[in-house]
Amino acid sequence: MEVFISIIIGVLTMCAVYLVLSRSLLRIIIGTALFSHAAHLLVLTTAGLKTGDAPVLVHGVTDYTDPLPQALVLTAIVISFGVTAFFLVLAYRTYQELNTDNMEEMKGTETYD
Amino acid sequence: MINLPIFPIVIPALAAIIMMFMPKRVVIQRAMALGALVLTLIVSLFLVHTVSIDGIQTLNLGDWMAPFGITLVSDMLSALLVTTSTLLTLFVVWFAVHYFFESYEGNYLYVAMLFLLVGVNGAFTTGDIFNLFVFFEVFLMSSYVLIVLGGRGVQLRESIKYLLVNIIASALFVMSVALLYSVTGTLNLADLAMKIPLIENQNVITAIGVMFIIVFGMKGALVPLHYWLPGAYVVAPTPILAMFGALLTKVGVYSIFRTYTLLFDGNGTFLQTFLMVLAVLTIFIGMTGAIAYNDVKLIIIYNIMIAVGVILYGISVNTQTSLEGSLYYLIHDMLIKAVLFMLVGMMIGITKSGLLRDMGGLITRFPMLGWTFFVAALSLAGIPPLSGFFGKLLIVSGGMDEGELFAPILVLLSSLFVLFSVMKIFMYGFWGEAKREYDGPLAPFAKRLVIPVFLLLAVSVAYGFGAEWIHPYITQAIEPLVSPEIYIDAVLKE
Repeated sequence: MEVFISIIIGVLTMCAVYLVLSRSLLRIIIGTALFSHAAHLLVLTTAGLKTGDAPVLVHGVTDYTDPLPQALVLTAIVISFGVTAFFLVLAYRTYQELNTDNMEEMKGTETYD
Repeated sequence: MINLPIFPIVIPALAAIIMMFMPKRVVIQRAMALGALVLTLIVSLFLVHTVSIDGIQTLNLGDWMAPFGITLVSDMLSALLVTTSTLLTLFVVWFAVHYFFESYEGNYLYVAMLFLLVGVNGAFTTGDIFNLFVFFEVFLMSSYVLIVLGGRGVQLRESIKYLLVNIIASALFVMSVALLYSVTGTLNLADLAMKIPLIENQNVITAIGVMFIIVFGMKGALVPLHYWLPGAYVVAPTPILAMFGALLTKVGVYSIFRTYTLLFDGNGTFLQTFLMVLAVLTIFIGMTGAIAYNDVKLIIIYNIMIAVGVILYGISVNTQTSLEGSLYYLIHDMLIKAVLFMLVGMMIGITKSGLLRDMGGLITRFPMLGWTFFVAALSLAGIPPLSGFFGKLLIVSGGMDEGELFAPILVLLSSLFVLFSVMKIFMYGFWGEAKREYDGPLAPFAKRLVIPVFLLLAVSVAYGFGAEWIHPYITQAIEPLVSPEIYIDAVLKE
C-alpha cells in the first residue's frame, strides 16, 4: 500500500513541478496546491499505513492508527490554505495592476523608492 | 518564573492582537508597539541573565513530559538571538514611526511587524521540529504582508516570486519532517538527537540532512538557492528591508546552526563537505554581486550573502573556536545590517535615487548621517576595535586549526571586498560635489531619523568594544552545540 501511495505522491510532485515551471500565474498556483497535496500525503504515508481504528478512544479497541501525523497534516493544511488564499488574491491584484498573468512579462527595472 | 521562555513570544503576540482592533488610531498603534517591544526587551534581557546563572531553561507546555508535548528551550544561543531580534525590531519600529506616513501605518503595519517578531522569537526558542515549521510560517506570512504593503506594481511582482519560492520551501520542509518522523518516530529536537545515532542506515539520515540544508538554505539564501533574494528585498520599503535583512535570513542560518550541530553531527562526513562548499560559493557570489552593482540597496543586499556564507563556513568547520566565531559574527551582522539598510534607505530618500552616480557631496548637508555610515561601514568590514572583527578572527583561526587554507583566505579576502563595496558608497555618496538639490521626501526628517540608527550603531560598537565582557555568554551558548548531551539532558530530564 505504501508503495502505491508513494508512486501517487511522485506523480503529484511531477505534475506540480511541471505546472510551477509554466508561464501562466494561475497554472503556477495550481502547481503549488498540488505540491502541498503531495507533502501532506507524504506525511500520512511515511508514518505507516497500518490498518487500525480511527484514533478515537472507544472501549475495547486496542489497535489505533498513528494520531500524530494526522494532527501534523491538519496543521499543514490550514497553513497552506491561508497561504494559497493570500496568493490567489495577490495574483488577482497583480492582474489588475499589471494587466498580465504571464510571468515572462513580469520583469524590468523600473524605479523603486 | 518557570514560564520565562514563553514571554518573548507572548508579549508581542498579545500586543498585536489588541492592536488589530484599532488599525486607524495610529498614535495608539505606535505607542503600543514601542511599549510592547521595550517590555519584551526587558524580559529577554532577564532571560539571558537567568540562563547565564541557572543554565538552560525549558518549559513543557501543558505540563506534558518532554518528548510527548511541545517543549520551549531557551539556552544561551536562543536567548541571545531573541534579545538581538527584539532590540532590532524596537529600533526599526522607532525608525518606521518617523519614516512612514500615517495613511501607510494605518494598514496594520505594526501588527505585521510584531507578528514577524513573534515568529522569529518562536523559531529561536522552540524545541520541536514541527513547531519550528509553524513559527517559520508565522513570520513568513507576516513578511508576505509587509513586502506587499503599499501595492505598487514592482512590489506585487516581486511578492509573487518571493511567495512562490517560500511556498515550495515550506512544502519541502513538511516533506523533510515527514521523512525524519518516519525514520525516528519523534519530533522533539532533543529526543531526535538521542535517537538519530541509533539508526542503522546512516545514509538515510545524510539524505534528510541534505534536505534540511536545502530548506533552510532557501530561507537563508545559500548559493544555488539565493536567486530570489536581490529582487524581493530591493522593492521593500526601507524599515521593512532593514527588518528582513537583519532577521529573516538569519533564522535560516540559526536553524542550520541548531540542526547541523544537534541532529546531524557531521564531522568528516558528506554533510560537512556539502555545507562547506555551499558556504564558500555563497561568499564568492556575494563578493561578485557586492562589487558589481552601483545601486546602494543591492550592494548591501549582496553583503548579506557574504555574511551568511562566512557564518555558515564557521558552522561547517564545527569546532569550539569556529562556532564561537559564527555566533559572534551572527549577532554582529544582525545589528549592523539593520543599521546599514536604514542608512542607505535615508540616502535614497534624500537624493530620490538609489544609484551612486546620482549622489555626491551628502556630507556637507548631512554630516551626522555621513559619519554614522562611515563607522557602520568600517564595522561591517571588521576593522579591529569594532564589532565585525572578533567573529571573523575566530572563524578564520578555527578554519586554520583544521588545516584549511583556501576558505580562511577567502573569508579574509571577502572582508576586503566588503570594505571596497561600502567605501564605494561612502566615497561616491558623501564626498565630492553635490549633483543637484537634495530635497527628497526624507530630507526634512533626516535629523529625527538618524537618532535610532545612531543608537543602534552605538549598541553595535559597544558590542565590539565589550567583546571581552560578552565572551563568557558566547562560550556558554556554544557549550550545548559542541556537546549535545547538555541540551538533551536539560530537555529530557526525569
